[in-house]
Amino acid sequence: MVFEVFRQERKGQPFQHAGSVTAPDGTFAEIYAREQYARRQESVALWLVPRDAVSEIDEFPDEFEMKYRRVDGYSIKARLHEARERAGTLDMAPGAANE
Amino acid sequence: MSDRTDLLLALADDELILGWRNSEWTGIAPFLEEDVAFSSIAQNEIGHARALYELAAAELGTTADELAFDRRPEEYRSAPLVELRRLEWARTIARHWLYETADEIRLAALKASDDQEIAGLAAKIDREEAYHRMHAEMWIDRLLATDEGHTRLDEAIDELWPYALGVLDEELRPELKARAQERLGRALPDVEAKPRGVHEAELGELWEEMTSVRRSAPPGAQW
Repeated sequence: MVFEVFRQERKGQPFQHAGSVTAPDGTFAEIYAREQYARRQESVALWLVPRDAVSEIDEFPDEFEMKYRRVDGYSIKARLHEARERAGTLDMAPGAANE
Repeated sequence: MSDRTDLLLALADDELILGWRNSEWTGIAPFLEEDVAFSSIAQNEIGHARALYELAAAELGTTADELAFDRRPEEYRSAPLVELRRLEWARTIARHWLYETADEIRLAALKASDDQEIAGLAAKIDREEAYHRMHAEMWIDRLLATDEGHTRLDEAIDELWPYALGVLDEELRPELKARAQERLGRALPDVEAKPRGVHEAELGELWEEMTSVRRSAPPGAQW
């Protein structure tokens, strides 16, 4: 069985994909993941996921090249500010207390 | 040499020699994940040896390196079990499991020692050995699960049993026997233990290799 291993470098940080281990079962996988991804104290926690349990999506059709969906070049922050002004909800914006 | 340093050297030599033996699988273990795991366990054992040599060295007015590498092979206090060169996986696993089981019994006794330094170090070592035991136990489960594995494990245990008894002082041997019999689900014979102090011929060969770099430099060389 192949297990995908995710490691957390420090408490509070996101788990990131570290690699995979091949093992006969979950018990072996835990031992092997511990030795491969944490023996030098480089991880504070590991997640092990059987590869079969991972759903993969790898098709993203874009028949009409809808480039206008992309946000490159927009100042999202400024746009949101304007929108909140119009809606009269400026005081509810994240960080409003600091402004 | 006091009883205390004698005990520390016996423990340290066991860990150093077994660590060395286990590291002989590095690069050639049955598969990659096992290779990494078994090599990591070997490195842990050598770390334990260093800590034990340091305790003995403080008392003897020497250093851990001198104790590990500057004694003659016949001066080592290791048990014959760890000296055997068994480059065959079922026997390696059988030796690993027998040693870890005996070591757990020995460490439990040391943790109760009146000597605070020894009790403290035994507790520290035991916290790492817990993972070695998990590794050994899962392999025993695996070998017991098939006819071929079971047969090969049985053969290896039969061969190594007198050696395993020799890791422990006489009063701790019955506990090893009881645990091993329960785990393996069969009776183990009453045999004479292969005691500490009588070395296997293979130790000389290991010693030559292990100390060759150090012996190649003049005494007192800085590394």
